[in-house]
Amino acid sequence: MIPPGVHYSLRIPSQTDNLELIRNFVSGVARKVGFRDVDISKIELSVDEACTNVIEHAYRGRARKDIGVAVKIDCDKLVIVVTDRGRGFNFRDVGMPDMKTYLAELRVGGLGIYLMKTLMDEVEYHSAPGKKNEVRMVKYLLKKNVKQKERSLASVRSGARSARQKTA
Amino acid sequence: MTGLEVKSKEMGGVSVVYLKGYLDAHTAPDFEKVLRDLIDQDRFCLVVNLSELHYIASAGVGVFMGFIEEIRSKGGDIKLAEPTEKVFRVFDLLGFHLLYDICRKEEEALRKYARSSTSKKRGKP
Repeated sequence: MIPPGVHYSLRIPSQTDNLELIRNFVSGVARKVGFRDVDISKIELSVDEACTNVIEHAYRGRARKDIGVAVKIDCDKLVIVVTDRGRGFNFRDVGMPDMKTYLAELRVGGLGIYLMKTLMDEVEYHSAPGKKNEVRMVKYLLKKNVKQKERSLASVRSGARSARQKTA
Repeated sequence: MTGLEVKSKEMGGVSVVYLKGYLDAHTAPDFEKVLRDLIDQDRFCLVVNLSELHYIASAGVGVFMGFIEEIRSKGGDIKLAEPTEKVFRVFDLLGFHLLYDICRKEEEALRKYARSSTSKKRGKP
């Protein structure tokens, strides 16, 4: 088990033959943190999709550009940040395809972001084209426990609020 | 084992393609080439056996999507057989069962081709 607060990072050339290494890196950390196999698969696929996007779109297939993959362990979650210095794009413009229509129209491509958004608990994208683009993905270790924790914190907060109102 | 190993064999009028390893943006072109070669040889009835495929990314999914229209327009199909649990979960997430026959066993996929060819001979749709 890895203690919270530990940070791992990888800087790697933007070539598709490095995708396996990237997957092994993130799944290795996720396994040590205690994620189940099902969630490890989701994490490795999401990170693969993010890195494939960097290689094919941000760097347009140019090798020898850098991809950064940083994995940070928090108490209840794994935060993965994929960075590049290539072309950016407007993440919000990439809608979530309706899969029935997608399949009916026999479309090809454009599933990477759909998979990332579907498989991870949080996905954010920040872009400064040519300087730094960043995809930040979060997977909670125990989603149910986190929600329970949020609820109990909310009830503590509302309890404290009503107690303050009574004393006022 | 790293990368992707692709083998194929003929079973009557059906080509069975065996994928071993992983199918991502790096290995997808290898699989694409095998499918292109089969189509160029007028092999349109395909079964892809996935029992030893341990990983698939959207680039791999794209190969199946990229050929299905052409293959079906020639009266053929791509049937998927024996996916591992991990690969099946990706297909399931994408709703692949709406577009592809996903069979538990290779024999089941072959039987479906045999049945459809019998129906055609009898003039049934």
